[in-house]
Amino acid sequence: MVKGLRSWDAIVLLALVVVAIVGALTIDGVASPRFWRFVTLEAIPIALIALPMTLVIITGEIDLSVASVLGLTCTVMGQLWVSGVTSLPALIAICLLLGAALGAVNGLFITGFGLPSLAVTIGTLALYRGLAYVVLGDRAVSDYPQTWTTAAIKPIPGTTIPWVILVVAALAVVFAVVLHAMPIGRGLYAMGNNPEAARFAGVNVRLTKFWLFVASGAMSALAGVFWTLRFASARADNGTGIELAVVAAVLLGGVSIFGGRGALLGVLAAVALLGVLRNGLQLAYVPANTLTVITGLLLIASVVGPNVVGMLRRTLERNRI
Amino acid sequence: MSASLLTLDGVSKSFGAVAALRDVRLELAGGQVHGLVGENGAGKSTLVKILAGVHAPDAGTVTLDGQPLRLSGPAEARAAGIAVIYQEPTLFPDLSVAENIFMGRQPLRGLRRIDTAKMRTDAGELFARLGVHLDPDRPARGLSIADQQLVEIAKAISLDARVLVMDEPTAALSGVEVERLFAVTRALRDAGAAVLFISHRFDEVFALCQRITVMRDGRWVSTDPVDALTVDVVVRRMVGREVSAMYPKQDTTVGAPRLQVRGLSRDGAFADVGFTVHSGEIVALAGLVGAGRSEVCRAIFGIDRYDAGEVLVDGVRLSNGDTAAAIKAGVALVPEDRRQQGLVMELSVQRNATLPRRWELARGGLLLGASERRAAAAWAQRLQVKAGRLTDAVSTLSGGNQQKVVLAKWLATKPRVLIVDEPTRGIDVGTKAEVHRLLSQLAAEGVAVLMVSSELPEVLGMADRVLVMHEGRLTADIPRQRATEESVMHAATGQADA
Repeated sequence: MVKGLRSWDAIVLLALVVVAIVGALTIDGVASPRFWRFVTLEAIPIALIALPMTLVIITGEIDLSVASVLGLTCTVMGQLWVSGVTSLPALIAICLLLGAALGAVNGLFITGFGLPSLAVTIGTLALYRGLAYVVLGDRAVSDYPQTWTTAAIKPIPGTTIPWVILVVAALAVVFAVVLHAMPIGRGLYAMGNNPEAARFAGVNVRLTKFWLFVASGAMSALAGVFWTLRFASARADNGTGIELAVVAAVLLGGVSIFGGRGALLGVLAAVALLGVLRNGLQLAYVPANTLTVITGLLLIASVVGPNVVGMLRRTLERNRI
Repeated sequence: MSASLLTLDGVSKSFGAVAALRDVRLELAGGQVHGLVGENGAGKSTLVKILAGVHAPDAGTVTLDGQPLRLSGPAEARAAGIAVIYQEPTLFPDLSVAENIFMGRQPLRGLRRIDTAKMRTDAGELFARLGVHLDPDRPARGLSIADQQLVEIAKAISLDARVLVMDEPTAALSGVEVERLFAVTRALRDAGAAVLFISHRFDEVFALCQRITVMRDGRWVSTDPVDALTVDVVVRRMVGREVSAMYPKQDTTVGAPRLQVRGLSRDGAFADVGFTVHSGEIVALAGLVGAGRSEVCRAIFGIDRYDAGEVLVDGVRLSNGDTAAAIKAGVALVPEDRRQQGLVMELSVQRNATLPRRWELARGGLLLGASERRAAAAWAQRLQVKAGRLTDAVSTLSGGNQQKVVLAKWLATKPRVLIVDEPTRGIDVGTKAEVHRLLSQLAAEGVAVLMVSSELPEVLGMADRVLVMHEGRLTADIPRQRATEESVMHAATGQADA
């Protein structure tokens, strides 16, 4: 099937290119390889979490606990290292299982007891962050072997881009195939638009959503492992607030907050766009507060934009009577 | 005859490509009950919605007391003195009866506090005028449909409504409740109100109304005084063709049991329901709204769990509450509410039509669009779905074509048991006959068809056997030869003990 880009995906991609070119021409340093290295390093954890978040929001739910899952994973990883677990594969495996379990708790409350995901994950946002402080308190664990920490940020040979982006790319392909080219994905869009009709078509809405929250937890944990090694520091406040960056990217990427609409390509473009914008403006000495304002405005624009267009269209139609 | 109070002239309304009303006229006189009859899809509901201010007409005029009326919203219709009583009123369940009546315009006392005492006595007076007994203080939750309608009528009177539109108010009422509603309606009529009464039950229309208007396919057909009409004349005008053509029932040989339901119970919905549908058979499930028919279908299909009993398809037991398993076993359910349950309105025709089959259409686990498009195109052609493109959202289609998409979606699963819940509700006469032909043909191919329908002609015209439910229980199992309007209605209203 010849499938053109959905218009919103194209707009976000275009915006990314324009912002990159304008930035490179006007801001000193944006054209440098170092800049792109930092953008990528910053985008990796956001992208990892945005992948499952896209699917979750398409089903009409949301997971706001992701940053706290990341933080709790970091502290548990640090504590395990201090307690003598010295195998990196074992640490990663334990962290992923932990993240999956934390996601399963969310999933259980949401699908098992039928509670709204917004309320449940705001609760676990606080709960998991609190547990992170229980595990490490104000301490930081930072004495990881240097081989690990350098491996995490090693560039792809011949470039400055960290190799971990390839892992992100591979995972992005997996999520994109699930969402856009597998029977499960068809069910996700259906339940996001109309859960009742999805049930009548034999889609197991609750089970699917449960597993999505498990995936969201596991991916947040993976982002936590990367975070710990990149900064060589496990602290309870790691990643505080990045759930907003993730949700912002997903919505700016064209996913409807009401569920049922959106595509992964737009989301990935939006992750990159926000990263370039933030780092570029930083280089231009725009104060951090202004950056936050800009991100907020973009987010509102991405949510309001489609509604305004729809409203205008309806008003025009009404006036034709 | 008194002068016309409300007049519609040349009113037309289209939804997309579908003309719901074409050049319709209607004159309602004060002190008269005016009957409006027509088949589902004849345009009655659209007409009601225009009077209620929900839809604006594309063309034509509405005049009240000789003044042109522009109804651009429900509030304006209400202000103009037009009140609509729906078949199933929507009250606020947790508010009291009095609060429901005066919602949004409660009597106030000092400091803009609500004067609950006055509200209560006012509500009591309204009920006294209607000659009914309802406690203004009780919550609306748990009121019978009949009582809810009375609350709506009381609300209408408190708004000084002079035009009362009653949209199939008696569909869910028992005999006694209907009598009470009629008494209230006559009292309103004698007080000078113009009442538009819509019903499928001819005995009621003939008993209550002074004039009857017939509509068909969105057009006005006739308006006559009731004395000049007979039921036969009205039916012929409604259908506009021989009734037998509407119900192209083929004679089939009834085979082995396909669907067996034994002792099925669900607390508060239905109890001890047991029946068998054989291969090649069309079994109708009749009864009043709220008798538990749809609930039984949902339970069979695994949407809701049942508390006791079992469901077997070709002798194999289905697991309770598992829709995917039911589909795999060859059960398909065309649900009652097309927009909420049958279709995902925002998704494309193609995605909708292939949703239940998405696993089998995948090649190597992947769905790349081509197989879905082929499958959808084949069925769209077979059922003659009129759609621009298969990638258009299904919401852009007309009601009849949407229903065809729902049918295509389920027929494509090659069901062995097909459950259809109100398969022809709200679709035009032509499509209706097509749907009937299709059901008949499927039965002839050996499918077991279970059809829920509230339209008696459809039940009597299509079914080999009629099962009747009343208040959650099966009250009758009537073979085609003995099924009549009387025998089915008796069982449906719980009067058939014989």
